[in-house]
Amino acid sequence: MTRVEVKKTYKLYVGGAFPRSESGRSYAVSDARGQFLANASLASRKDARDAVVAARKAQPGWAGATAYNRGQVLYRVAEVMESRRTQFVEETRAAEGVTPARAAALVDAAIDRWVWYAGWSDKYPQVLGGLNPVAGPFFDISLPEPTGVVAALAPQGSSLLGLVSVVAPIIVTGNTAVVLASRERPVPAITLAESLATSDVPGGVVNLLTGDPAEMAPWLASHRDVNAIDLTGVAGTAIDWAELERAAADNLKRVRRPRLSQDGPTEPDWSANLGLDRLTAFVETKTVWHPKGR
Amino acid sequence: MTTAAADATADATTAEVDANTDANATTDAAAIEHARALLGVSRLTNAALTRWLHGLPGVDQVGCEARAGALGTRSIKSASKAWAIDLAISMIDLTTLEGNDTPGKVRGLAAKALTPDPSDPTTPRPAAVCVYGDMVAIARNTLGDSGVRVAAVATAFPSGRASLAVKLADVADAVNAGADEIDMVIDRGAFLAGDYRTVFDQVVAVKRACGTARLKVIMETGELVTYDNVRRASWLCMLAGADFIKTSTGKISPAATLPVTLVMLEAVRDWRETTGTQIGVKPAGGIRTSKDAVKFLVAVNEVAGPDWLEPHWFRFGASSLLNDLLLQRQRLRIGAYSGADYIADDSPSTAY
Amino acid sequence: MPTFEYAPASESRAVVDIRSTYGLFIGGTFVAGTGGIFTTVNPATEEPLAEIAEASAADVDAAVKAARTAYTRVWSRMSGSDRGKYLFRIARLLQERAREFAVLETLDNGKPIKETRDVDVPLAAAHFFYHAGWADKLEYAALGPDPRPHGVVGQVIPWNFPLLMLAWKIAPALATGNTVVLKPAETTPLTALLFADLCRQADLPPGVVNIVTGAGPTGQAIVDHPGIDKIAFTGSTAVGKMIARSIAGTRRRATLELGGKAANIVFDDAPIDQAIEGIVNGIFFNQGQVCCAGSRLLVQESIADTVIKRLQRRLATLRVGDPLDKNTDVGAINSRRQLDRITELSAAGEAEGALRWDSGCPLPDKGFWFRPTVFTGVAQTHRIAQEEIFGPVLSVLTFRTPGEAVAKANNTAYGLSAGVWTEKGSRILWMADQLRAGVVWANTFNRFDPASPFGGYKESGYGREGGRHGLAAYVVTGEGA
Repeated sequence: MTRVEVKKTYKLYVGGAFPRSESGRSYAVSDARGQFLANASLASRKDARDAVVAARKAQPGWAGATAYNRGQVLYRVAEVMESRRTQFVEETRAAEGVTPARAAALVDAAIDRWVWYAGWSDKYPQVLGGLNPVAGPFFDISLPEPTGVVAALAPQGSSLLGLVSVVAPIIVTGNTAVVLASRERPVPAITLAESLATSDVPGGVVNLLTGDPAEMAPWLASHRDVNAIDLTGVAGTAIDWAELERAAADNLKRVRRPRLSQDGPTEPDWSANLGLDRLTAFVETKTVWHPKGR
Repeated sequence: MTTAAADATADATTAEVDANTDANATTDAAAIEHARALLGVSRLTNAALTRWLHGLPGVDQVGCEARAGALGTRSIKSASKAWAIDLAISMIDLTTLEGNDTPGKVRGLAAKALTPDPSDPTTPRPAAVCVYGDMVAIARNTLGDSGVRVAAVATAFPSGRASLAVKLADVADAVNAGADEIDMVIDRGAFLAGDYRTVFDQVVAVKRACGTARLKVIMETGELVTYDNVRRASWLCMLAGADFIKTSTGKISPAATLPVTLVMLEAVRDWRETTGTQIGVKPAGGIRTSKDAVKFLVAVNEVAGPDWLEPHWFRFGASSLLNDLLLQRQRLRIGAYSGADYIADDSPSTAY
Repeated sequence: MPTFEYAPASESRAVVDIRSTYGLFIGGTFVAGTGGIFTTVNPATEEPLAEIAEASAADVDAAVKAARTAYTRVWSRMSGSDRGKYLFRIARLLQERAREFAVLETLDNGKPIKETRDVDVPLAAAHFFYHAGWADKLEYAALGPDPRPHGVVGQVIPWNFPLLMLAWKIAPALATGNTVVLKPAETTPLTALLFADLCRQADLPPGVVNIVTGAGPTGQAIVDHPGIDKIAFTGSTAVGKMIARSIAGTRRRATLELGGKAANIVFDDAPIDQAIEGIVNGIFFNQGQVCCAGSRLLVQESIADTVIKRLQRRLATLRVGDPLDKNTDVGAINSRRQLDRITELSAAGEAEGALRWDSGCPLPDKGFWFRPTVFTGVAQTHRIAQEEIFGPVLSVLTFRTPGEAVAKANNTAYGLSAGVWTEKGSRILWMADQLRAGVVWANTFNRFDPASPFGGYKESGYGREGGRHGLAAYVVTGEGA
């Protein structure tokens, strides 16, 4: 007689806690073959609003932590992900309908990518900043700073590797994030949230909402307390990303557009080397001048 | 000041210098009391002076020099220029401070002061002739009651490295010989060592020795180096009773730069606002052209204010400046550029 | 004793030759536009200077086509070192004709000759000189793998620094291999048109730089043109938002340098005389018509009275008047429209209860003038503390602690620049960290250099101009390609 399994309730991740949607709604999530997996929370615009509040609250502290500290905290996330490797492999396999070997490769790549970005925390300011040789007796430096609160539409297809590739470069520089998980494949995202919660990432640094991006994205795009938006995840949806970009113009959000091919938005090849593009998209260059005198 | 008045001054000063030490002590006590009141302290210790001087706002070198540079871009034309040239001439302390100065050289310089340009009797005279103490009588004799004053450097000029007694004797000599004005040097060593009280005491003592002669205090800004030091030294000298604060001996480079003078002009402006007392400023050394002189006058006008635009409150310590001003003056008068052959001088210079 | 009067020291106008009419510079020649005509005036006298063609959508299309042809046939095939040599040539020509540009800019814009002569024109030349050297070194600029130009860049620039903004735009665009369609502001087209002449002297291949004059509709035609790959705009935040909306959902990209409401923060241990100069330079440089102007003075309450007194004393020595006079510190407001806005907001400041002060200096009878003005007793909730006045009007607020200064400084939708005045080094660095602004000037203000990246946070726009960072806006690399 087989044991009756204890099933998990899948919830949102906001401000370090795991609440249900304030709307009380949920939706059925199936695996790639259409088998029921779980009911995930169907987040509402109010959940998105709460997530922005949490992200804003967490942002100064996260940006104010030392780069070394942020790097260590993020590396700890990779450690926790590694310890849940089996779970991630199973969830990725189920979500994406790939072979176990392929799923394992994707999870390994995701963990490795997290480690790669984590290592950038105390390096990117030197790579992106520097001393400006101005024509006068001035000390003049430019350095990158986080943009602030970033909303991100995680890719619909690549449920873990793509998600990690979007989230890690946003937060490594000191931004905080409100992430809309893949609508159809949210389970690995929820497990990532659990990994974040059980590592040392302060609550609110990453807020993860499951549900329908088409419902929440317009509210985030127009939210005046959001500083930037990553539209990567519109690929494969019917979301009118132009409309989101127009809404984002209201407070001049920095917009990272989806990758555009002939057919419109397409999901990037996540196995490729991503370079620093995703990191530089959400930093601001600050230039500081001071006279040099006796 | 007439000769008679100058003589009276000299007599009075002689009397004071000869007076007994009790009177000296009283004079110094009054100066200290005045300083104590201004600082709001019960004892005028070196620590109190340090706190006060170091509490003055800092000077940012780059910003200060940028401001001086901007003042230097003012363009002065036509009637204003003529007025500025005459004003500058009347502010000159025509100076010779050389080891090889002779009575003949000093008489020539004094004669030049009396008749700066024999081709044009409307040319104003410089404010003073500035010489070493042993040449005061010679200068005095030539200048007579012309109104051109005699200024003497004293206090072991230029280094100031002598005992206070020697410095005071140096001052007394000059005053007794008829000097209207004394240009002393501060003890830069003491200043840089943080011994502000010594600097203060020496200025007070020299001021007493001057009697009614006006005291210009040379800070030798080229040795103080930083503008913060220039500002502190300016306030310290004013506190001790300087009638003028002066940049340099002319023996150290850099001497009177525009930014240094700007800091000093800010000091006298703020001093008057604080105490109600107006103090003069004298940049000396390195000012050779009319263009330079006009820049200084612009700075006086815009920083300290028009109240300082007269020889009683602003002087140029210079020698070759006069002839360049005269050249410009001739240029305005005759409408053509002039040359050295048309500038009569006892020690003609080919520098211009 | 007479007072020290500076006689007028007027720069000669003879050095410039203003034509009565100007066409559009398209494909290396001046052509008549198909749109209307507008007049550019000298704001200091209201005297008409020239009649200017207003480029229609068809004219813009012709300019974009010329730029595209030049891009495909010539400019994209040219080596970086050769592109650089053209930029060096332009830099030298600007230096050679510096006085001509300075006088023309002063006539058309109303700013003092002192500024065009010492700031606008030399800095414009410096920008070309700086970027010339980048043209053959882009692979070393750490911009990402294989940096490539966008193609045709549309550039729309404001009237406050007409030639300098042109240089900020054209120099990096050309250095990175793009060709350009640029629209100067409708009140200040003349130096851009003179620059077109300079391009011909430099033998710049036809179509690499195209200058189309006009107002808002011309700008909109550039922004909407499908043949434009990238927009670079400097101007108001309102227009910047319109541009961001216009290009939404397209492949066109934009960099935007927009408005500001900078805090200039003075602590009680500031180098006070230099701080006063910095306040004056911060808000009265270019009549305050500067996006990064230090328009909000945040002064520590303990020294507020003395700072205000010293500031007023200093303002009494500012010389307001004929912009061509070398002794003029504050010139004319650029246009009637801008003067009206400054007047309106200043009236609002009074109505809201702030205390208004100006030096009372005399103003010329004709032209657009506004006295340097200081409002004290201003609160963050006042319009004059929130809205960009873009004029010689300073709003003074007080603070008690560094944290409060930061909070007030950041309490704005803008984030372009900020100033900090204190002799305490660690406080400067802490403040510089906390201020949400693209440029922080500590113990100085309004300094610019081609090697120094400039640009805003938040609603002050995005993208940087100047330095290695400025190149990034003009190339595509990596995943974004």
